[in-house]
Amino acid sequence: MLWSALDILTQANFWAATIRIATPLIFGVLGALLCERAGVLNLGIEGIFVAGAMSGWLAVYLGLPLWGGVLVAAGTGALFGLLHGILTVPLGLSQHVTGIGVTLLATSVAYFGYRVAFPNVATPPRIEAFPPLDLPVLGDLPFIGPILAQQTAFTVLAFACVGILALILARTPLGLALRAVGDNPEAVEAQGLSVVGLRIGAVMAGSALMALGGAFLTLSAFNAFYFGMINGRGWVCIALTVFASWRPGKALLGALLFGALDAYQLRLQTITGGAVPSQIFLMLPYVFSIAALVLVARRADYPRALMKPYFKGQR
Amino acid sequence: MIRFIPRERTPVWLTVAVSVGAGLAALLLTAIPLALSGAPVLGAFVLMAKGALGDGFALAETLTRATPLIFTGLAAAVAFRAKLWNIGAEGQLYAGALATVALGAGLIEAPAYVLVPLVLIGAALAGAALLLVPVLFKTRFGADEVVVTLLMNFIVLLFVQMMLEGPMKDEMAMGWPQSAPVLDEATLPKLITGLRLHWGLVIAVISALLLHVFITRTVWGFRIRAVGENARAARYAGLPVGKAMALVGLLSGGLAGLAGASEVAGLKGYLTADLSPGFGYAGIVVATLANLSPLGVIPSAIFVAGVFVGADSMSRAIGVSNYLADLVVALALLSVLVGGLLTRFRIVLVRREAV
Repeated sequence: MLWSALDILTQANFWAATIRIATPLIFGVLGALLCERAGVLNLGIEGIFVAGAMSGWLAVYLGLPLWGGVLVAAGTGALFGLLHGILTVPLGLSQHVTGIGVTLLATSVAYFGYRVAFPNVATPPRIEAFPPLDLPVLGDLPFIGPILAQQTAFTVLAFACVGILALILARTPLGLALRAVGDNPEAVEAQGLSVVGLRIGAVMAGSALMALGGAFLTLSAFNAFYFGMINGRGWVCIALTVFASWRPGKALLGALLFGALDAYQLRLQTITGGAVPSQIFLMLPYVFSIAALVLVARRADYPRALMKPYFKGQR
Repeated sequence: MIRFIPRERTPVWLTVAVSVGAGLAALLLTAIPLALSGAPVLGAFVLMAKGALGDGFALAETLTRATPLIFTGLAAAVAFRAKLWNIGAEGQLYAGALATVALGAGLIEAPAYVLVPLVLIGAALAGAALLLVPVLFKTRFGADEVVVTLLMNFIVLLFVQMMLEGPMKDEMAMGWPQSAPVLDEATLPKLITGLRLHWGLVIAVISALLLHVFITRTVWGFRIRAVGENARAARYAGLPVGKAMALVGLLSGGLAGLAGASEVAGLKGYLTADLSPGFGYAGIVVATLANLSPLGVIPSAIFVAGVFVGADSMSRAIGVSNYLADLVVALALLSVLVGGLLTRFRIVLVRREAV
């Protein structure tokens, strides 16, 4: 039994699943950290995942190409981001309650829209999802090859986003301004830049990334939209953001760690063969998220102006 | 140019007007997706109103649905007053429901005047204990309670499913994962025979009155408000901030636990994993619509319940999805947040030169 528990780690299938489970979380954590780096907590994430999953899928179902669906999802996310941004940045409303409101709104818009489009379907309609990568040389490598061959172009996009966001934040004037607006908005104002504009822009871009996380589920991991398919993934991302100390590289690490744990518990369930209730295993990812949050919370270096609304000419 | 000038005092009529206005605004905004879906807008709203308030039966259904919402609304109101962001009422509700079944389904045999209070206290304690965990994580480790309470909702629901498929499963239930029914002595009696309305409503209203008196008239109520207004100032003034937070946690979790007890012992009679269609989350809307006032929670819960009951009935009649209700409720929350600006600020138009 112990042997087979360890043997899981040598299966290419396990590592492929790890990456697949991590991909939506990579998008989600990147989105959350972008918003928070600019000083805005975006609890709309859970609902934006749902809206992204639903809108991206629906666009493809109605005839758009797959990448068109990805764009539609991103646009939907940016729209909800705009709503959250307007309410929390210039109006300075509670970021906690507004975020919950955006989650409720985005979820109900998606569910209502799905029911309008498909009033009486028993089995969810399907689309042709992203195909696995067809890699000329890499695909033939031992061990790594089969892992890569199970991924899709959507996953590649997630990994690319990690690099792009890291580069923007660390190396560009825009990144500097974004980090400053979450740490010291007065300084940004003194530079003649718009705090409101930067923050709303960051929330919109972050929300677009979150929506891509949802769209990955309906366009790549599965090929249909199900009610309740997000199931707390968005909240997990908020916890992982603290764990990643708001850095894209660590966000990737956190998401992969979470993916590995989730993939592992799924396989452990079959090994124990019902001796332990399946719910115990299903709890593990959530317990892990809470534990990760509690462990790093004390020394977490929160963006200093996180959740502090900024009004021009007011101290 | 528009300027926000903070108000010294807010007249009560304005607060009430903002809440009512937000409710109406939400209904108005919902007309847009409703029209886009091709449904008869006016007809749908008339059917919703009839379904929620049309006759005695409809009204009783609305009040039945409002009962758990008053409890979870109070849970959110007291917590948010102290800026303790408890988003875990859903989980605490299920903890209360589990305790109700654990105590009331045969473990203890006693007359109703013993068993009913015992079940209620047990449920409140279970909910309170569950919220103490994130409160402790917050005060000890600085872990954000929003994420912890949210994630705990999923853990608790899985735990409930585990119990219902394992030790708490009713063997007489034809394989359905549900608990054994609570004893007659643990059941909250119906208020009117023939209707589903039960004594849980009375307990909910009494809880609201007690919480109102507690917050406005007692020393600890004042401390809770002070911590919510400005925790740093409260600490400088020598107020026991940690204890106040723990007290808020106990109250908030306890009230959410009572929602679970009321649903199981008053309405369903047994526990299933789909006991709550999101009462915990809707409680946040109820509390915000009520401007976090315990007394305001009562009409606000009735409004939200009416939207859900009305939408169900409308959906049965003309086939428009009842997710419309979730839309109205979400829009009401966002509208009241925006409207709240009017109660906190005077909004003045000034000419640019005058600035």
